[in-house]
Amino acid sequence: MRHGVNLAVGPLSFRVGSAWPGPVAALRHLYAGYPGCETADFTVRLEPVTPWRRWVRPSVAIQGDYVLPDAAPLPLAHGLVAAEMGMNLQMALGERRYLLLHAASVEKDGRALILTGESGAGKSTLAAWLGEHGWRFMGDEFALLEPETGLLFPFPRAVSLKNESIAAMAAFVAGDRFGPRLEGTPKGTIRHIRPNDQAVARMTEPARPALILFPRFGHAAEIRPVGPAEAFMRLTQASTNYVALGQRGFDALTGLVQNCRALALDYPDGAKAAELIELIWAEAAR
Amino acid sequence: MSARLLVQTLRNPTSLPADCDWTGLIAAARAEQLVGSLAFRLEGRKVPERVERLLAMHRADAGRVRVQALWEAEMARRALAPIGIPVVLLKGTAFHAAGLEAAQGRNVGDLDILVPRDSLGEVERALIAHGWERMKEADGYDDLYYRQWMHELPPLIHRERDRMADVHHTILPLTARPKPDAAALIAASIALPDGLRMLSPEDMIVHAAAHLIADGDMAGGLRNLWDIDRLLREFSRVDGFWPRLRERAGRHGLGPAVERAVRLAHDLYATPIPPSWRRWSAMDAPFKRRLLARNGWGQPTRPVTRFGFYVRGHLMRMPPMMLVRHLVTKARAKPDQSVSSTPISSE
Amino acid sequence: MAGPLYIADAEGLRTVVLEGLAVLFHPRSGQTHIVAPPAPEILDALGEGATDLDGLVARLSERFEFDSNEGRPAIAARLGELETAGLVRRS
Repeated sequence: MRHGVNLAVGPLSFRVGSAWPGPVAALRHLYAGYPGCETADFTVRLEPVTPWRRWVRPSVAIQGDYVLPDAAPLPLAHGLVAAEMGMNLQMALGERRYLLLHAASVEKDGRALILTGESGAGKSTLAAWLGEHGWRFMGDEFALLEPETGLLFPFPRAVSLKNESIAAMAAFVAGDRFGPRLEGTPKGTIRHIRPNDQAVARMTEPARPALILFPRFGHAAEIRPVGPAEAFMRLTQASTNYVALGQRGFDALTGLVQNCRALALDYPDGAKAAELIELIWAEAAR
Repeated sequence: MSARLLVQTLRNPTSLPADCDWTGLIAAARAEQLVGSLAFRLEGRKVPERVERLLAMHRADAGRVRVQALWEAEMARRALAPIGIPVVLLKGTAFHAAGLEAAQGRNVGDLDILVPRDSLGEVERALIAHGWERMKEADGYDDLYYRQWMHELPPLIHRERDRMADVHHTILPLTARPKPDAAALIAASIALPDGLRMLSPEDMIVHAAAHLIADGDMAGGLRNLWDIDRLLREFSRVDGFWPRLRERAGRHGLGPAVERAVRLAHDLYATPIPPSWRRWSAMDAPFKRRLLARNGWGQPTRPVTRFGFYVRGHLMRMPPMMLVRHLVTKARAKPDQSVSSTPISSE
Repeated sequence: MAGPLYIADAEGLRTVVLEGLAVLFHPRSGQTHIVAPPAPEILDALGEGATDLDGLVARLSERFEFDSNEGRPAIAARLGELETAGLVRRS
């Protein structure tokens, strides 16, 4: 490949190759300060769909160690999104050491708060907000549960903010931590934020899970307990590799829901959610 | 060329270069579906810690692959037991079920089984009654094509387990020039403890060689050839194996394909073979070039060689006029694959 | 006895009870099942050896208080689910 960059994120590492300089330059800028790696766990390739599409209406196909046969290509302007999707794909399809939870997570006093839910539940924005307000940001996309220890490992990739969240975060995040504004992506307008120095410096440091929240944006504030059986079912659905981990996955997840309280949190806006989370946490952490 | 590094490492895991490109080796191994085999070949060797973590992950994953493959076979056994016909496991599932050395780290995608041709309808009905479904509605060109010309039913998928099953009645498409003796394959098959069957050792090599040389464009060829290497090493420990293999290959009309596969395995993986099998052939070189067409990013290389083998794969399976018809139909079907031109009749 | 004989295929089964539901890991298939009563009890009872539906109802009625005529359809339904999941097979 003509252009490439090696990146360590949390305990994992990636090699991203690209036929064009643009996506690699964007990655280098967004991930400034992240360590590199000698041997990468996964390879991502950003390639032209056909050879001439490197030049004519350039179109980026997401390739790598693991691929989805029907993944749609993206325009070159969205090369950064393609790189992020490529890294997600390698994790989702190839990772077998950690149980992957499609969840955001933050840490305080060595204990982790897991935020999981469908896209649009607001977990990215909540985690990013908490990460700037007294918590350590661990990740907004995947949380890595180590079956042997029950510990949660960070995966602090760049936060992907959508639409209205972008302006909300600009109020307290310095401009040089923002990536380019990407209009018209499959997820709408996207802008990435580099996690803060603390999140990057402590990116291999795990935490003990203490609380699982299922947030839901756009509803009147309400907190409901979620029983362990329901939490178990929802987390198997939020995991991309639960089945592949076999008994290790089963032990990890049944252990997690037995040792950790789970709550559903409906919230009308970010400020209210943050207030409720601090309240719940104070009680849970006692 | 990382395919070459991959082959060298599989052949001789002690010969690692000091400045080994581990990321490239692993990317090539993943692309060739050989990363499990590589992980076992390097077990206990001195490798960097991060690499060891990856290899250990792939070794552990091999256990899951084995469980899944054997479970699919068992579920098919339960579904088909009432029919009372021989069910022969093929390829990776058979290696695992029989505990062959070729099973170590071997990935298994679909369940492949061989049944007598006149039981196909009954087998398909029994599988459908037990939760398997047709991938697409059974109409249109593809389905007709399968039923008229292929050596298998259109693929079935299990609606809960999401795993595919390929039901074969012979080991090469009916349009291919060699005509393997399917009845003889089943007659010589060997019973496994649970009542399922596997091909005889010689037929297993013939099948693997047919798959590698006589069928298709050699995609996944390095893995298929690794299967052949492992199988030959294990089976040739029994006296009289090589003459039996030659006889069997001839009977199925696959003598040249088996000889070429054996020579390539010897050449790339140093498989021990008798002198009488070491004939030189000018045509082995392009096969070898095609097998090694993979770089350290896991990308396919040598597009011209690949395209040659793509066309060849089609020619071998179909007489030329049929090929034209097939390519034209495929090309036309492309713009709206999701919409069938004929109305779907749901019986 | 009439009807097919059933046998449990539950070697090494791991069971975790969460709020009255049993979460099962079946090592032979690598699959997880969430089952409601009396599915775990059926697996247990079949552990004694192969039997048909009548035999199973008889075994369960020795251990639990229920009307075997009323319980029978529920047991038959759970048995069918367990067979589909592969945790029970015909011997």
